[in-house]
Amino acid sequence: MFELSNETKEFIKKELGRYETKESAIIPSLYKVQEQNDGWVSDEAIHAMSEIMDIPVARINEVFHFYTMFNKKPVGKYHVQVCCNVACCMAGTRELFETFLDEHNAKEGEVTNDGRFTFTRVECLGSCDTAPMMQINEDYHENLTPESARQLLKELR
Amino acid sequence: MEVKILTEHYSDDNYRSLDGYKAKGGYETLKKAFSMKPEDIVAEVKASGLRGRGGAGFPTGVKWGFLPNNGEPRYLLCNADEGEPCTFKDRMMMEKAPHQLIEGMIISAFAIGSHKSYIYIRGEYVYAAKVLEKAIKEAYDAGLLGKNIMGSGFDHDLDVYRGAGAYICGEETGMISSLEGKKGQPKLKPPFPAVQGYLAKPTIVNNVETLAAVIPIIRDGAAAYRKNGTEKSAGTKLFSVAGDVNKPGNYEVPLGYKMIDLINNECGGVKGGKLKAAIPGGTSAPIITAEEIEKATLDYECLAEMGTMLGSGSIVIMNDTRCMVDMMKVISHFYHHESCGQCTPCREGTGWLHKLVTSVITGQAKLTDIDLLCEVANKMKGRTICALSDAAALPVLGIVPKFRDEFEFYIKEGYSKVRGKSHGQMHH
Repeated sequence: MFELSNETKEFIKKELGRYETKESAIIPSLYKVQEQNDGWVSDEAIHAMSEIMDIPVARINEVFHFYTMFNKKPVGKYHVQVCCNVACCMAGTRELFETFLDEHNAKEGEVTNDGRFTFTRVECLGSCDTAPMMQINEDYHENLTPESARQLLKELR
Repeated sequence: MEVKILTEHYSDDNYRSLDGYKAKGGYETLKKAFSMKPEDIVAEVKASGLRGRGGAGFPTGVKWGFLPNNGEPRYLLCNADEGEPCTFKDRMMMEKAPHQLIEGMIISAFAIGSHKSYIYIRGEYVYAAKVLEKAIKEAYDAGLLGKNIMGSGFDHDLDVYRGAGAYICGEETGMISSLEGKKGQPKLKPPFPAVQGYLAKPTIVNNVETLAAVIPIIRDGAAAYRKNGTEKSAGTKLFSVAGDVNKPGNYEVPLGYKMIDLINNECGGVKGGKLKAAIPGGTSAPIITAEEIEKATLDYECLAEMGTMLGSGSIVIMNDTRCMVDMMKVISHFYHHESCGQCTPCREGTGWLHKLVTSVITGQAKLTDIDLLCEVANKMKGRTICALSDAAALPVLGIVPKFRDEFEFYIKEGYSKVRGKSHGQMHH
C-alpha cells in the first residue's frame, strides 16, 4: 500500500501555494512522488496525490501521461538514458545501446534481473558538442567511448 | 572571428556567482535601466533590431509592443525549454552565467511592466536548474529581486519551473499550457500570448539568449549593438555546432558570418571525411549541401533565401560517410515521438513519414514511395495549430530532393549507397 511520506506531503502542500494556480503544482509534485517511489509513479500514488491536492485523478493522469520523464512502471536503480538523436547517433550511440542490452541481457525499457538498470533510448538532451552522451538518473555523462561507458556501468552497484 | 559580447566572461568560473558577476560589471546595466523610462527601454530594444534567438526570429521589441494597455497583470516567461535537436547554447548560458539571464529578465520585466516571471526550463536540465535556483536566491538576498529592487520602487518576483520531457513545450503556447499545469499542448493563435497568454493574461515569452542580449543593448545602446551583424540580422548570435567537426561547441559570432568560416576556423574543419551537408538551424531546418554551405552566411535572410532557416542557431555538420536515408529516419523518429497528438495532419503525418523512411531501410519500399514521402510532407505544412507539423515536414522536403539518388539506390539495391552492403541496419 503506497503512502505519501511526511516529507512528500509537506513538499506538495508548499508547491500548492507556490504558483498562481494549484494545478501548476502537479508537475513538481509528480517529480517528488517519483523520487519517493524509487523512480516511478504508481496508480496508487496518483490517487494519494489526488486526495492531498484536491485535484481529480483524471486531471493528474492527463499530465502524468503526457511527459516522458515520469515513469509509468518500475525502473532499475540506474535509469540509463542513451541519447539517440542526430549528433549522438553520428557518434555511435545506437551501437552503444545495443551493446548495453547484450551485455546486461536486458530488454529496452525493462528492469534488468539484478534490479540495477533500465535502458532507454531518448531524444536530444542538449549536449551534442560532447556526443556521444547519456543521462543516468539525473546526471549527464559526456564524451563517452564504448570502453568508458561500459566501465561506468560496471562501477554502478 | 568570434565576437564575445554575451560570452565575454564565460571562461571565468566565478562568473556564475553574484560576486563574480558583479566584479565584471554585472547588474550595472539594471541600475542604468532603472534610470530610464520603461518605454525608452522598449524603444531601444526595437531600434537594436534584436530578433528572437529561440528559433522564430521575431523582432523582440515589436513583440513587446503587442502588449495591450488594459491594466491587467503581465507575465514574462523565459523559454529555457531548449529542445530543438542539436541546440545546446541556452544550457551553457544558464550554467555559466545565471545572473546574466536574471539581470536581462529584470530589465525586460521593468520595460514591459511585469511583476512576475518564470524561467521554464526543460526537465532534463537538472544541473542548470540548480544553478539558476542558487543564483535567484543570491539575487533575492541582495535585494535584486523582490520588493523595491535597488531602491527603484520596482517589484519583481522570479521563479524557476521545470518541464518534464516534451519538445512541444518549447512552443510558446505549449509552454504556457504546461506552466498552467496541463498537457503541454499548443493553443490556437490569435489570440497571441502578448494579448492572452499565461492564465489568459498578457504574456511575453522570450528565449534565454534573447533576454541576455537585452543587457548589451541597454548598456551600450542600440547603435553599438548594431555594429555587429547585418541590417536585418543585427548583433551577435551563439551557434551550437556539432557533428563531424574537429571542435564542436558554442561559438558567438556576428550574424552574417560565413558558415564555411565558422566550420573551418572556429570549429577546426570537417572531421572524418569531406564536407557533405549541414543542418543549419536545428533539425527542423531543411538540410543544405556542401555547395550551398560555401555560399551561406549565418543570418536570417540568407538562409531563408536558400529555403532553410537560421532557427535556433544549431548546426550539424555531416561528412561524406553519412547516409541521408539514415539521417532522415533519425529526424523523422524524433518528430513522431514529440507530436502532441492534437492535430491530425501532425499526429498521423509524423507517423507516416517515419514509417515510410523506415520501409526504405527495411527493403519494403517502392520507388513511388519517394514521391509519397514528399506528398505526405507537403500535406502536413501550414495545416496545424503549431509549427511542429511543419518542423517535421521541412527536413523531408530538404533531404529527399537533394539526395534522391540515395533513396533510389536504397530501394533498388537494398542497402545504403554511402555505407555499403556490409553495414547493418540500425533500427530506431
